[in-house]
Amino acid sequence: MAEKPVSRRDFLKVAWGAAGALALVEAGGVVLSFFSPRVVEGEFGGIIEAGAVESFPAGSVTPFTQGRFYLVRMPDGGFLALYRKCTHLGCAVPWNPAEGRFVCPCHASTFEMDGQVINAPAPRPLDRFAVTIVDGIVRVDTGLPIQRDHTSASDLVYAEAAS
Amino acid sequence: MSDELDPRPEDLKQRVWESIQRDELPPRDDRGRMRVVMNNLVLHLHPSKVAKPTLKFTYTWGLGGLALLLVLLLAITGVMLMFVYTPSPETAYQDMLRLQTEVWFGQLIRNLHHWSGNLLVVVAFLHLLRVFFTGGFRTPREFNWILGIILLLLVIGANFTGYLLPWDQLAYWAVTVGSSLLSYIPLIGEGLRSFLLGGPEVGAATLTNFYGLHVAIIPLALMGIVSFHIWRVRKDTLTVPHKLDGTVDGAPDGGQIEKVTTLPHLVSRELVFALVMTGAILLWSLWVNAPLEAAANPDHSPNPAKAAWYFMGLQELLLHFHPVFGAIIIPALGLGALVILPYQHFDLSAEGIWFRSRKGRRMALLAVLAALVAVPLLVLLDEYVLDLPGMLPSLPTIISNGWLPLAALALLLIGYYDMMKRVFKATACETRQSVFVLLVTAFIVLTIIGVAFRGEGMALMLPWEVL
Repeated sequence: MAEKPVSRRDFLKVAWGAAGALALVEAGGVVLSFFSPRVVEGEFGGIIEAGAVESFPAGSVTPFTQGRFYLVRMPDGGFLALYRKCTHLGCAVPWNPAEGRFVCPCHASTFEMDGQVINAPAPRPLDRFAVTIVDGIVRVDTGLPIQRDHTSASDLVYAEAAS
Repeated sequence: MSDELDPRPEDLKQRVWESIQRDELPPRDDRGRMRVVMNNLVLHLHPSKVAKPTLKFTYTWGLGGLALLLVLLLAITGVMLMFVYTPSPETAYQDMLRLQTEVWFGQLIRNLHHWSGNLLVVVAFLHLLRVFFTGGFRTPREFNWILGIILLLLVIGANFTGYLLPWDQLAYWAVTVGSSLLSYIPLIGEGLRSFLLGGPEVGAATLTNFYGLHVAIIPLALMGIVSFHIWRVRKDTLTVPHKLDGTVDGAPDGGQIEKVTTLPHLVSRELVFALVMTGAILLWSLWVNAPLEAAANPDHSPNPAKAAWYFMGLQELLLHFHPVFGAIIIPALGLGALVILPYQHFDLSAEGIWFRSRKGRRMALLAVLAALVAVPLLVLLDEYVLDLPGMLPSLPTIISNGWLPLAALALLLIGYYDMMKRVFKATACETRQSVFVLLVTAFIVLTIIGVAFRGEGMALMLPWEVL
């Protein structure tokens, strides 16, 4: 089968088309990256030092307004940082100490102390942040909320026995 | 030398005037009137002549023109507000307070902008209904119907982005809740949301993003597409109103449809209506202030936290369906149905007749009544009796609270369609209209329930608890 020779006109059409498409993609990339979210250092989104392990009694929930999370210490001593944003529609979920649970004011989603959903419409447990404990100091990385389908014992972080 | 021979010295004043306005004013005859319309930048969006029956006010209700008037009012007041407002979390709320207490007529200009914006959502929606019920979307007007839907979406986008700018509690949490709807779009939702907000939560970046969209991107798009929309109306002409028996409404004994010049017949009507409506909006804005709550506080969600009123129908759906269905699938189905609507078969003899036919009117009325009864019943049923996820704990909620109820509703709708078609021996066109009326009424009822009958924690309030 003899190949049809490409005419100069066809070649130029394709070349122009490809160059134009490439330029459009590049311009699109520039626009997208120009408008992409900007992270401000030192604000919500960085690593936040919560305090010494001893300052959080077992079975306590401490709100961190700047960091937008609750530092939860479970009755067994395990630490958990819960993002306060409701997993339903993003309202700020307050801790209700009398009931011992989080109740969202927007659509009445209810969460256990460890973030587990008790009452829909929230589709999944409260997101958590990574907690690290070094030399008895609790640090929370608010950079990336960790989404989870179920709560699990492995979410909890324990202080070293020595400290 | 001919110029030496010119006997008439040119009048400079006359020359300057004619360089601006080329046609004689006021025009001497119909020919002159048509020429003025054709040669005028603004007026030439109109045809030079229009069919006389289309001028009847109760046919169009002036809704398209009213929408355009509101866009103009919004542009003027909006540009004024730009001079006294800075889109930054530190200053925005202070600027609002200063606007209302220190700036001369600041409260009035804000009220005009606020109420015009809200009214525009209503008017654009009513305009859509009018065009649907008089069959004004059929060939050759299909694409203009699509342009209209794009305009409606732009209007809602403009409203939503503007909602944030006062930076009060209402603004902050309505936008938080509203933008969270996006994150339920599979795969790209979360990315889309954080792109729009400029971060994980509503903050300083969101305010500048929304400001840019609200004062530049959306108005420019709106202006361009509105011009296109009106120009298309000129090209396609208006549908001519017909009576139930098929005769032209407003023509003597179904004879030749009389055409009259746009100037003055249409233009004068437009000006009078615009003047009356401007007066009405002005009066309303003098009496009723736009709301302003406490400054935005990201630490404290108010209870209940509601989205803007035009999203309350969606928020109400969200209380009954899995979020993917309430926020994405059901609205997308509705929008998709609106887009393919003009490409469906349509009985052209029904064009220009309100609600298609006598049968069509009865079926539409029945659909309104059906929705008025069924929707509150379904809401009550879901609130107090039916708990699908609880009854089917082994199924994921996306099935038990998504596919399952949606399939049930779809079956009900198909049953309704079939029954109406049989009982009334109606055409597909009349039956489809009846389904459309049913769904629109259902959406309106849901919106009313969301706005008026949802209290603390979005709990349902029964009518006697509201008062």
